[in-house]
Amino acid sequence: MKKVLLIGATSAIAEATARRFAAAGDRLFLLGRNAERLSTIAVDLQVRGAEKVHHQAFDANDFAGHPDLLQKALDTLGGIDVVLIAHGTLPDQKACEKDFARTLAEFNTNALSVISMLTWLGNHFEAQGSGTIAVISSVAGDRGRQSNYVYGSAKGAVSLFLQGLRNRLHPAGVQVLTIKPGFVDTPMTAEFKKGPLWAVPDTVAEGIVRAIDKHRNVVYLPFFWLFIMMIIRSVPEVIFKRAKL
Amino acid sequence: MDISGWGRYPVIEAKVDLPQTPGSLVVSGKDSLVARGLGRSYGDSSLAAHVLDTRYLDHFLAFDEETGTVTCEAGVSLAEVLRVFVPRGWFLPVTPGTKFVTVGGAIASDVHGKNHHVDGCFSDHVHSFRLMLADGKTVTCSRDENAELFHATAGGMGLTGVILEATFGLKRINSAYIDEIVLKAANLDEVFGLFAEHQSATYSVAWIDCLSTGDSLGRSLLMVGEHADDGRLELSRKQGLPMPVDLPGPTLNRYTISAFNTLYYNRVQRRRTERTVHYEPFFYPLDGIHNWNRMYGKAGFTQYQFVIPPESGLEGMRDIIRRIAASGKGSFLAVLKAFGDANANHLSFPMRGYTLALDFRIEDGLFPLLDKLDAVVHDLGGRVYLSKDVRMSEATFKRGYARWKEFHDLRVRYGADRVFNSLQSARLGL
Repeated sequence: MKKVLLIGATSAIAEATARRFAAAGDRLFLLGRNAERLSTIAVDLQVRGAEKVHHQAFDANDFAGHPDLLQKALDTLGGIDVVLIAHGTLPDQKACEKDFARTLAEFNTNALSVISMLTWLGNHFEAQGSGTIAVISSVAGDRGRQSNYVYGSAKGAVSLFLQGLRNRLHPAGVQVLTIKPGFVDTPMTAEFKKGPLWAVPDTVAEGIVRAIDKHRNVVYLPFFWLFIMMIIRSVPEVIFKRAKL
Repeated sequence: MDISGWGRYPVIEAKVDLPQTPGSLVVSGKDSLVARGLGRSYGDSSLAAHVLDTRYLDHFLAFDEETGTVTCEAGVSLAEVLRVFVPRGWFLPVTPGTKFVTVGGAIASDVHGKNHHVDGCFSDHVHSFRLMLADGKTVTCSRDENAELFHATAGGMGLTGVILEATFGLKRINSAYIDEIVLKAANLDEVFGLFAEHQSATYSVAWIDCLSTGDSLGRSLLMVGEHADDGRLELSRKQGLPMPVDLPGPTLNRYTISAFNTLYYNRVQRRRTERTVHYEPFFYPLDGIHNWNRMYGKAGFTQYQFVIPPESGLEGMRDIIRRIAASGKGSFLAVLKAFGDANANHLSFPMRGYTLALDFRIEDGLFPLLDKLDAVVHDLGGRVYLSKDVRMSEATFKRGYARWKEFHDLRVRYGADRVFNSLQSARLGL
């Protein structure tokens, strides 16, 4: 039995991942924005076989409250073996271009709130000397594109922060996993037209659980995004800046 | 958004709502709305201008380890029920030929399985469900509470309201495996005899070659099964295969299908073969190929499933198969089964007798053939399954489903006729 903290537990990918932890009989603590949905998800995970499910509503942007919140999760679970940070929003790029306040709000949610929690969690896991910190970043963080560079740069900041944290926590024996999903069919992307590159949350969840088990550092999900992003990253900027992406 | 049923015909543009909680669900102010689960009904029963996609209403709400009673939201798929409960020694009381249907869909279509002759329909194991009515109010329906709504909604094709959650009983198993016997029948007489001989078997179904004629008309493989008792409760580890492209329309024609059928029939050498197989290939042979519906090409396909009463069974079935064989249309894996008694639901399909289901690629000349088959089926006192239907006439429907008026009146009484309407309900005059 693992003790797992899920942050942003009402997100489709986190929920699908939680179902896999539940099926394995793990003990779970869920943090999410919507209290009603959290309690439904908690009951569901209990039925699916979780040893025990705790949950609490939280506001990711209340940075000052993070230490107490994480301490409470730690005390309730009796330790944390795995933390999955999955919360996030998909910014309206055009609106952010017109209004910095929106960009700031998006950065707070998608980058700084994650970094705030990672600061506390990093210290805890370092002292503990074991465990897994898994964070959902995005393929969008690999290269800036005009269609969503606010989201991309926030996720890019998270990816770089994790890279440094991994380097720092390696001697302590802590796994730091950066998860980079491609297109995933979730409520967050309900408005998009879906094509063959789209994956369902459960496929991504399966990949996350496997990456944790195999002590991976960075994982693209589904795997073929590794190749797509290799190509996208390798296009020279002179050409890339002309692309309509 | 473009949507279609499993048969991929017709394709329509619809507005799709994806509620994340039952509380965020709005039915008022719409006049052509229908709930949709995994879209596995073949025809147009889940098609409407407004579609309520229940994919995110997929939570378990309670489970009683003692009795095997489960309560879940309507969007939970039967695949999830199996994934969660088979390892704990529980199985679906009734399952259709695909596990990729939701609990809500299973109730609305009043699905049956290979054990209909002993265990009835899925709804016969449903204790109660919660239904959102046209006025937005939610009521509990069971055989004791709002019983009329219960019997209209089970089999009611989503036309009475939106099923939000359901409570139903699972059945105890001591193995994820099935002890199967495969029996070869040279023609229709033989397979009818075998059905009679094995009527006490829990599961029975026959694959039948609808293209062979003469002495071998109706040659079949009857598969009967019982849950094994070996204590192995593991899920299948096999991953499904994708069907990434549409096969060109003419790939499946009378020659290729006839060749396939001959190979399939002759693959089984002995008259009687016993084996133990996992429940996945036994119940869901086609679930292993995702999007197998692309096999029939871009034009799409339909499945024709009818039932005829026992007294007209053998001769009636022979007549119908002869007509199908003569048409040169029809599919591999046509399925024949003996049904038990009908239940009390208004529009439930199964009734005592014999049912045959087969796929047809959508092409010129198909619908006239099916119209002719409709006439034969109804002259014999039978009817056609709504969950597969995409083209039946209003008159045919009303002849086959004697309680349609009672159902229609209930819809009017609850105001459902002003909100819950699908392409199918409009076509059938409901």
